Amino acid sequence: MKLVVAIIKPSRLEEVRQALNSLDVHGMTVTEVKGYGRQKGHSEIYRGTEYAVHFLPKLKIEIAVDDAQADAVTQAIRDSAQTGRIGDGKIFVFDLEHVTRIRTGETGTAAL
Amino acid sequence: MTPTRTTKLLGIASLAALAALALAVPALAQDASTAAAPAVAAAAPAAAAAAPAAPASPLNSGDTAWMLTSMALVLMMTIPGLGLFYGGMVRKKNVLATVMQSFAITCVVTVLWYLIGYSIAFTNDDPSKPGTFIGSFAHIMLAGIGVNSVNPLAGTIPEYVFSAFQMTFAIITPALICGAFAERMKFSALLIFMTLWLLFVYAPIAHWVWGGGFLGGLGVLGIAGGTVVHINAGVAGLVCALVLGKRKGFGSTNMAPHNLVLTFIGAGLLWVGWFGFNAGSAVAANGLAGAAMMNTQVATAAAGLAWMFTEWAVVKKPSVLGILSGAVAGLVAVTPASGFVNPTGAFIIGIVAGIGCYYAAAHLKKMLGYDDSLDAFGVHGIGGIIGALLTGVFADPAINSLGQNHSIITQIEGIVVTIVWTAVVSWIILMITKLLVGLRPSESEEEEGLDISQHGESVAE
Repeated sequence: MKLVVAIIKPSRLEEVRQALNSLDVHGMTVTEVKGYGRQKGHSEIYRGTEYAVHFLPKLKIEIAVDDAQADAVTQAIRDSAQTGRIGDGKIFVFDLEHVTRIRTGETGTAAL
Repeated sequence: MTPTRTTKLLGIASLAALAALALAVPALAQDASTAAAPAVAAAAPAAAAAAPAAPASPLNSGDTAWMLTSMALVLMMTIPGLGLFYGGMVRKKNVLATVMQSFAITCVVTVLWYLIGYSIAFTNDDPSKPGTFIGSFAHIMLAGIGVNSVNPLAGTIPEYVFSAFQMTFAIITPALICGAFAERMKFSALLIFMTLWLLFVYAPIAHWVWGGGFLGGLGVLGIAGGTVVHINAGVAGLVCALVLGKRKGFGSTNMAPHNLVLTFIGAGLLWVGWFGFNAGSAVAANGLAGAAMMNTQVATAAAGLAWMFTEWAVVKKPSVLGILSGAVAGLVAVTPASGFVNPTGAFIIGIVAGIGCYYAAAHLKKMLGYDDSLDAFGVHGIGGIIGALLTGVFADPAINSLGQNHSIITQIEGIVVTIVWTAVVSWIILMITKLLVGLRPSESEEEEGLDISQHGESVAE
């Protein structure tokens, strides 16, 4: 099993959700986060005083999937989250050791 | 709550309701008898006409109605107007402390005004010896003022209305100063400073210009308080910013406004309320009030645009805070002029104020290196000085015959006297306050935010 973690632009969330839904991925966790990569931040000016804003708002999506699905999910996120402009985000894929569904006690791929 | 306690409370409540009913019955009967009275009077018109005429009341109901309205409009400028205008510009950890300042000052000044402020600022009991420097002490706690009394300064409205209207000016002036020391003054220090400031700075200056004192006698023009309110508050703010020093982290940490929508609402309330301030300063429902209204509207719009376009040219973005700040600068600058100039004068004053205050807030402040956090001096001090000077330039006798002998020299005299008095006395009051309770919270309290450290509250995430 793999854990796919993607940092995306907040405005792309709905497209990503739809793309994953059509791949039969039916669960995800979304968190509002702040950060920067190559995009850096931006500056804001109030009455002539300039403030650099280094951390920009992004969304972090976490999805646990079967090994076989991992590449398709990564590609789907890439296609649906991409705008082509700087700041589109990144996708990280980790090995996932163990999963338990709390309600039933199922484990492994049955719990995904 | 225990059941027995609930029953007890219910019992008390029903007793109170019964008592209220018992009191209401005779009142209802009284209503019925007064309602019958006009019918009797109408039945005997001839008798009424034959009776000797009562002495004509000097009161004018149109003027009175407008001044009742103006009082409410000017109060709205401070709460919630100024509170929100400033509240939106501070960081989130200080928003409650900032709106609290406007509200607490409203309460403190109201009590002071009733106790002594009105008496020393606006009454003169001995016409042969006009109080040059301070008014009379005879009307402490509004003594001697009744439903029929009239202040000679406002001959057509009840004195209660005049006093309440002037009270709202006394409220907003100290509240304006708060912009200069935002995010870093102890609440206890604020209360002491504002109490002393109202009594020793505002009340005397209001008396000098409006209450029969020596500045009004010199012919200083200023219908609605460009000098008394704005230059006064702006300069006091500058002194506060210099004495208190910069906020912790000024220049290195992000101090961007946390919610400019609050500032937008506040600026809108200030603009609308300002018609009570300027058109109300005619103290009558007449053509002069109408001119003041039109001048106020034109200058405010011109100044909002002037600041916005200047900023657009200089930093490439027309900002929301910019157009709001410009509008307030225009309101400030047109204040003394509103009852003396024509709309073209107001238009020019607006443009000069919008550009001038932009440079004061964005460049002068940086150049001189003080932390006037929300630009109380940059907007009210500079805007007030621009307005007071240009009133002398653009005064149009066709609008107000008092502007016939207008002179920029007289205006400068008024400005200089105000600046010197407010700067010196504000500094002394700050020193007294510092000795009594200290001016600033501890560094860790300031870092934590004044909402939690001063008031034990915070806004929801």
